[in-house]
Amino acid sequence: MSDSGPRRQQQVAALRHGTVVDHLSPGMALKALELIGVPQEGAALIGVNLYSEKMNRKDILKLENLELTDDQIERLAVLGPNASVCFIREYEVVRKVRVTLPDRIAGVLRCPNPNCITNHDRLETRFDVEKKSPTTVRCHYCERLIAESEFTLL
Amino acid sequence: MSEPWTQIELDLAEQMRGSDIISVRQFESQELRTLLSIVARFEGDSQPLLHGRVLAALFFEPSTRTRLSFESAMARLGGSVIGFADAGISSASKGETLQDTIRIVESYCDLFVIRHPREGAARAAAEATFRPLINGGDGSNQHPTQTLLDLYTIQRRIGRVAGLRIGFLGDLKYGRAAHSLVEATAMLGNELILISPDSLRLPHRRVGELRERGTPYEETPNLAGAIPELDVLYVTRIQRERFVDPLDYERVKNAYQVDRATVDQGREGMIVMHPLPRVNEIHPDVDSSPRAAYFEQAKNGLTVRKALLALLMGAIE
Repeated sequence: MSDSGPRRQQQVAALRHGTVVDHLSPGMALKALELIGVPQEGAALIGVNLYSEKMNRKDILKLENLELTDDQIERLAVLGPNASVCFIREYEVVRKVRVTLPDRIAGVLRCPNPNCITNHDRLETRFDVEKKSPTTVRCHYCERLIAESEFTLL
Repeated sequence: MSEPWTQIELDLAEQMRGSDIISVRQFESQELRTLLSIVARFEGDSQPLLHGRVLAALFFEPSTRTRLSFESAMARLGGSVIGFADAGISSASKGETLQDTIRIVESYCDLFVIRHPREGAARAAAEATFRPLINGGDGSNQHPTQTLLDLYTIQRRIGRVAGLRIGFLGDLKYGRAAHSLVEATAMLGNELILISPDSLRLPHRRVGELRERGTPYEETPNLAGAIPELDVLYVTRIQRERFVDPLDYERVKNAYQVDRATVDQGREGMIVMHPLPRVNEIHPDVDSSPRAAYFEQAKNGLTVRKALLALLMGAIE
């Protein structure tokens, strides 16, 4: 068996202090960083389409010297119903939080329907979660069903 | 209104008092059936149940049937109507948001009906007011009172709104009347035959919803093949402006014109419906056929709207 097998390889460098957002849906890491906001200090490491035993492919985001707030964690749920958040100190996981998708998402996402009233009047967007995996939501206003691949952040 | 109301009707009436009608999605299938039986109570002459009440009819987009039938329904129930039939004469043309317009007009009326070119506008408007609000059409999303009058017409003509084979013909991509009715008839348990040119098929996400719900459906471009099996043929207008190439429009327009010879291929009792206005989708020679139900739909629209206005105002007796 080759050494380069995905299971044996550390694909993104380990963190000393900070937060790891793991098991994001593939392709969502950049959106997750956008949602959290690019940190002022400390590195942000992004892994896209990494091997995952559980998900086959996953994205990962490592944020150096940054601990996410509960609010930020809740918002991340939109980008990966299987996501987990680990707080790291001295290379050790000190706390692990499973992200849970709420039944309703307020703000965070933009409705992709250009003719939706939320893209024209000043209204907070609202989406009802219809399916959790893969995440499918319905716009509370225009009733459009929206797949995860169509998600755009506000 | 001779028969006393059943408990199930009274319960629904109580539930609807002061509420909004935004989408057919808000009703369970049993509620739709009950609503249709309530509507039947509003056939014929009406009591002045809404005397002294004011309906604000805000039409940010043109409408003839919906607006006039709401106005007529309100007048027949003894109430009056304020509003506009063109966004150009409202403050929307000065950049006022929809929710602000609603908050202002709220002081002048007891309930609203609104039509707006943006999808979701009715929901947004309803959230800005504590007055009941009826969606008279929001973009290509919903037109629930049209759906209710369509269902009511099917109920009256065929005697039931479930277990039927319903053909939808024409523009299934953009037409909100078709979208709303597809949802409602799927929910009630019917088989749907979606007949359209490839470029005007029902949007993927709506087809996906039918699949997920387990609704039996078929998509076909072939009207002649589908028609002998239908109980209802619901025809919609194909709009010229939807086509990039005018030649495509001409081809489609002719292929989907329904005439007397076409409808005579249908089984006994099949009815032909259309939300109107029609252009040339249905030849006038169908009008005299006993299958033609489209003018009756427009008439039923009045009955449905009288019932809804009375229900939302809690004025049922």
